[in-house]
Amino acid sequence: MKWGVLQFPGSCDERDALNACQIAMTALSFGGGSGEAPSSARNVVGDLTGPASLPRLVWHEETDLSDLDGVVVPGGFSYGDYLRAGAIARFSPAMTAVAEFAAAGGPVLGICNGFQVLCESGLLPGALLTNERTRFICRQGDLIVGEADSPFLSGYEAGQTISIPFKHQSGRFFAPPDLLDQIESNNQVAFRYAPGQNPNGSLNDIAGVTNEAGNVIGLMPHPEHAVEGFSGSTDGLGLFQGPAIAAAGAGS
Amino acid sequence: MSEQSGHRALGLTDHEFDLICEKVGREPNGVELAMFSLLWSEHCAYKHSRKLLKNLPTEGPRVVMGPGENAGAVDIGNGFSVAFKVESHNHPSAVEPFQGAATGVGGILRDVIALGARPIAILDSLRFGEPDTERTHYLVDGVVRGIGHYGNSMGIPTVGGEIYFDPPYEQNPLVNAMCVGLARTDEMVRAAAAGAGNKVVLFGSLTGRDGIGGASVLASAELDEGDDAKRPTVQIGDPFEESKLLECCQELLAEELLVSLQDLGAAGLTSSAGEMASAGGTGIDIDVGLVPLREADMEPFEIMVSESQERMLAVVEPSKVDEVLALCTKWQTASAVIGEVTDSGTFRILKNGETVGEIRVDDLVDGCPLYDLDPEEPAEWTYPNRETLPVDASASDIALALLAAPSIASKRWAFEQYDSIVGSRTAHRAGAADAAVLNIPESNRAIAVAIDGNGRRVACDPFQGTIEATLECAANLAVVGAEPLGVTNCLNFGNPEKPGVAWQLGRSIDGLAEACRALDAPVVGGNVSLYNETPQGPIYPTPVVGMVGELPDPAHAAGENWREGDSIALVGPFDPSLAGSELEKQRGQLGKGLPQIEIAPVREAIELVREAVRSGRVRTATDVSDGGITTALAELAIGSGLGCDVHLTAVLAKRDCSAEDALFGEGPGGFILAGDEAELEKLGGQGVEFEVIGEVRGNELIVTAADRRVEILVEEAEAAFESLEDRIESDQAGLTH
Repeated sequence: MKWGVLQFPGSCDERDALNACQIAMTALSFGGGSGEAPSSARNVVGDLTGPASLPRLVWHEETDLSDLDGVVVPGGFSYGDYLRAGAIARFSPAMTAVAEFAAAGGPVLGICNGFQVLCESGLLPGALLTNERTRFICRQGDLIVGEADSPFLSGYEAGQTISIPFKHQSGRFFAPPDLLDQIESNNQVAFRYAPGQNPNGSLNDIAGVTNEAGNVIGLMPHPEHAVEGFSGSTDGLGLFQGPAIAAAGAGS
Repeated sequence: MSEQSGHRALGLTDHEFDLICEKVGREPNGVELAMFSLLWSEHCAYKHSRKLLKNLPTEGPRVVMGPGENAGAVDIGNGFSVAFKVESHNHPSAVEPFQGAATGVGGILRDVIALGARPIAILDSLRFGEPDTERTHYLVDGVVRGIGHYGNSMGIPTVGGEIYFDPPYEQNPLVNAMCVGLARTDEMVRAAAAGAGNKVVLFGSLTGRDGIGGASVLASAELDEGDDAKRPTVQIGDPFEESKLLECCQELLAEELLVSLQDLGAAGLTSSAGEMASAGGTGIDIDVGLVPLREADMEPFEIMVSESQERMLAVVEPSKVDEVLALCTKWQTASAVIGEVTDSGTFRILKNGETVGEIRVDDLVDGCPLYDLDPEEPAEWTYPNRETLPVDASASDIALALLAAPSIASKRWAFEQYDSIVGSRTAHRAGAADAAVLNIPESNRAIAVAIDGNGRRVACDPFQGTIEATLECAANLAVVGAEPLGVTNCLNFGNPEKPGVAWQLGRSIDGLAEACRALDAPVVGGNVSLYNETPQGPIYPTPVVGMVGELPDPAHAAGENWREGDSIALVGPFDPSLAGSELEKQRGQLGKGLPQIEIAPVREAIELVREAVRSGRVRTATDVSDGGITTALAELAIGSGLGCDVHLTAVLAKRDCSAEDALFGEGPGGFILAGDEAELEKLGGQGVEFEVIGEVRGNELIVTAADRRVEILVEEAEAAFESLEDRIESDQAGLTH
């Protein structure tokens, strides 16, 4: 499976996401479900364009995603986010292509700013507001995997607790009551903050949601920072492996 | 304004002005005078410190770049180097904390970017007044937000740092930022201009009127009442621009399109272009009419000295100019050819082709007179003393007061406002270890980074205190298994024209030189910040030492919590004393002098601990620092939720000290290690002092020395340790940026 990771001017977790995709897919091809890949798989300083099977960056002006099997809209910032997080990125040529990719059923993962961009684009329901305490927060925390039916969750069990870092300033999930009811009743909640750990005032402790079809997912916490043992958790690998696991399951 | 008196307003003395006239052969015009005033400022010319800095050891087998470049760099093997530097942004942060701190981070990042390195970590060393005043709340809030704003937005992790609170910093806080970058050694670039006829390209943000005179009137003078009026001399940061600039620079260098690269910092174009020409032994022509401006009607002198942020200057071969400009366009960053390298040895300023200023590069960059200081040791302690803890407090109450001391208490509330993990290298996060540990898979190893400097102890004894700060860095590296590779420093002092401050500065640099020599840790770069002084007096003399080390494997960085039944050992030639300690501060009894120590046995202890950590034989290791043995034990207990029972009988027997000294005394050379008793015992008999002093047990922190005993619940200790956040944030709600 070949991942593409969007790169906007001002993106900053795109290399981490690229690294995570590579580690996750390497680990999968080594036969492990969520084992740790050899650390030589990473590639942060230096060449970021690899052979065809390796994940690649997608520049924000690109529109051809035909070589990709999945897209990550990464965390960080896009175009500075001075207006509102994700408000400008939704108009980029690459996002138009991502919307078409998603409409055709392609798996799309939005992390942090990427989640904000997907909400701004209407690919995911709800909105992300400034944290209740208005400050940036960065800490390791626990998520509970939701009931949503999504290929991204095929490496996890519903109700499972996973350890993933939170880091954001505008991560308070909000939806008007009707929409919130709809998200809940459609089982579109992908992740909730573990009891007592909601860092930002998100409604219903929601940390991540899917679209109705399940092929688009967004979450505020950062699974790409939980893929290597030295960081303290590898629980994030499953998100990058999920679509491949689901495809393998469907094919067999 | 007439240039006759104008030079004083620009910070030049009459003598310096006369010297300039002599060198130029006439009175300088306005543009020339503005340029001289900045490059001949303390901030740029180091005119009061350069002679002293020559004593520092700067060479070693791993040094790739030393002082004089944008940042220092050391080889970490496999073709990679680590570049690093610490720099101050004290006065800007005093008058505008958010932007001052943000642009301090932005500036140090650009120093590292200019070497061709990708920044991989930021550390900060901050000093404020006591946390109970509105001013301190305002400054802490702005500075912490500013650092976070810039680093987080850039995607560079802030992995560590330190914050001290002492009254002499109340009006003049310190904001020192350190950046660490990673580069392929053979792709690093120098800042020297070369090749007459090559083009000079300015790229990045537009040039505006912000930060005019920042280096001279703000950074090189004492702070005074009414300095709010200097707010326009503080630059405005835009991390989004810098993020694009970083990626653009990386791509320009990867495509081998640049001859040399330099960032624009203090004194803007004047400094960057002047230093490039000086380093290359060339001349340079700059046409201000070609500089992309934010405001159309700027004067030539304003363009030449503007400190607008997020700008870089490159020398480019004519045939590659189009490619360079195209890449800048890709990254949506403004760019323009603004001049060219010449072989004239002259820095010529033009406006639309017409010469408006002309200075010999040597006169501008190296012509500033260097001054000898007039040091005199003050006869007595010159800083305030305030009693906040009664002298008859019980040992348990003292322990709680020390844990709640703002300089000791947990800074998690601040560090959690920083992205400490972006970049996927952080093996130990801010606050979780004495030194931050960063994974470097490119060279199959890891580096550790620490930053330290206790101004109060340096005030007690500048020589000894600076040695201690350097040893503390090395100790912090040792407890994660790292060996020092190189040192950077930021010397924050008061007005060097005053004999007492001059004495502090000289003795402190002597101490730094001695400690770095003894540790074989060369000084590869640094920064000097003088005139940190207000009508209330100077700050504590505060040399901040940054150290980078390497370790073979981050998995052995001993970050684990201690476990029930673990033995606890005290290692090293630690000789506790209350002199200069946190307890002495709280009793209002600070005075001159620290016990003298020998460095060699401390180095031996550092090496023993480093090897023990690397071997994986110990569960956890920490050095004894502020608040002494009891505080070090308490922090381990709080981290694990498990108490301990420790007896300091051996310390009392070996040292001629009181029970209070043993419990709360400070000094270099002490480590607390915990782990299986059999493993710990192997550390004995290796020529380094070693004693098992107790074990991990229960939920109480019990430390006994003769008739004095600390006996508190771990949760009480934790409550005290975590109490600073409420004090700092109590009235902060309305003070947002």
